[in-house]
Amino acid sequence: MNSIYKVLSDAIYYNLIREQRYLQFVQGLGISLQLTFYSAILGTIIGLVLALAKLGRIKFLEKFATLYVDVIRGTPVVVQLVLIYYAILGSSSLPKIVVASIAFGLNSGAYVCELIRAGIMAVDKGQMEAARSLGFSYSQSMAYIIIPQAVKNILPALVNEFIVLLKETAIAGYIALDDLTRAGNIVRGRTFDAYTPFILVAAIYLYITTILSWMLGKLERRLRESD
Amino acid sequence: MIEVVNLHKSFGDLKVLKGVNTKIEKQEVVCVIGASGSGKSTFLRCLNLLEEPDSGEIYIDGVPLMEHKKDINRLRQKVGMVFQQFNLFPHMTVMENITLGPVKLKGMTKSQAEEKAIELLRKVGLPDKDDVYPNHLSGGQKQRVAIARALAMDPEIMLFDEPTSALDPEMVGEVLNVMKQLANEGMTMVVVTHEMGFAREVGDRIMFMDEGIIFEEGPPEQIFTNPRKERTREFLGKVL
Repeated sequence: MNSIYKVLSDAIYYNLIREQRYLQFVQGLGISLQLTFYSAILGTIIGLVLALAKLGRIKFLEKFATLYVDVIRGTPVVVQLVLIYYAILGSSSLPKIVVASIAFGLNSGAYVCELIRAGIMAVDKGQMEAARSLGFSYSQSMAYIIIPQAVKNILPALVNEFIVLLKETAIAGYIALDDLTRAGNIVRGRTFDAYTPFILVAAIYLYITTILSWMLGKLERRLRESD
Repeated sequence: MIEVVNLHKSFGDLKVLKGVNTKIEKQEVVCVIGASGSGKSTFLRCLNLLEEPDSGEIYIDGVPLMEHKKDINRLRQKVGMVFQQFNLFPHMTVMENITLGPVKLKGMTKSQAEEKAIELLRKVGLPDKDDVYPNHLSGGQKQRVAIARALAMDPEIMLFDEPTSALDPEMVGEVLNVMKQLANEGMTMVVVTHEMGFAREVGDRIMFMDEGIIFEEGPPEQIFTNPRKERTREFLGKVL
């Protein structure tokens, strides 16, 4: 009994308290959340623009959007991240968090594009016909009739995308950004204990994704009620 | 009022309309009948360019539609349409469904439009359903709201695309009654329908479509009792 207590208290002491190592985790979590937040905003904007380009009737834009989505979805996000950090923005002096936000935002945009497109396509095509037959233009029909219905399809999927995004930012350490996962790695390097810091890191991710999932569930119920 | 000249329309390799010609007069009620796949719905949907014809011309009040595609949104305001699947906007109340067009497109104030909507709802027999969402209505009620929504734009012509085909049998009558009333008030109507009783009673002219053309047309008495063509007789023999 005594020895288990000792192991635990040692683990807590060395991984959290000594040299105020808990701050590593707190700051890392802050970075991860910020990165997710900025990427989500950028990704949503990019996704919306791409979806409109794909659904619109300008061939050049449609082709570009299709190519963009294919390239982003067909390559690993880690590769995209290091490519943007070392090559494309290599000569800029932007803070790492900005570079990472751009990289994850560009990546997420491709997925959000498909979510939005699917959400819009899922609206019955009779809705567009009814709107057009009343005399509404294509864009008016979109604004008054199609988009408000599509939002109900899109919102839950979008929240889910943010949950995925939070977990994906765990690779930000590749460009030496001190996010939550890297915080665990830094502490491991000091304590030579791999279990404690990474189990803690995993628990923190799980805690946050659980909260987000719970909010998603509530949102879905709310949206269903208004049907 | 409507003139259709040599209308052609294909979907891929499938030729659906192969030269439709007709004239529809003001206040006339034309019922279009025919087997499924005969092109009758496509013909109707061409009249407000929901389907774009490959060739031919459609004149509404003398205005050639194909030459005025840019004005199509304004021209469509003159042509109301009622769909088989109702196509009410599910995220809006009945009142919002009816007032959206007049407010956004005709510049009516909200209260003017609502006053008019109440009047139209009374006309279609649903005066107390204004704040209900479409999903809480029966099929027959939905279709009557859809008619009210189309009428709210003050159309000169009403197109009906199999308006009772998606309804339970006991609800067909209530919708046909509203349409009959509309016909009696002098609305110009083109009705694609399988309701032969309605066509015979309300129609001024019956149009039998087959093989992508108007195969035979004439007053209901003639078409139903003494069709000239064998194909028409065959079709009526199956449905009557």
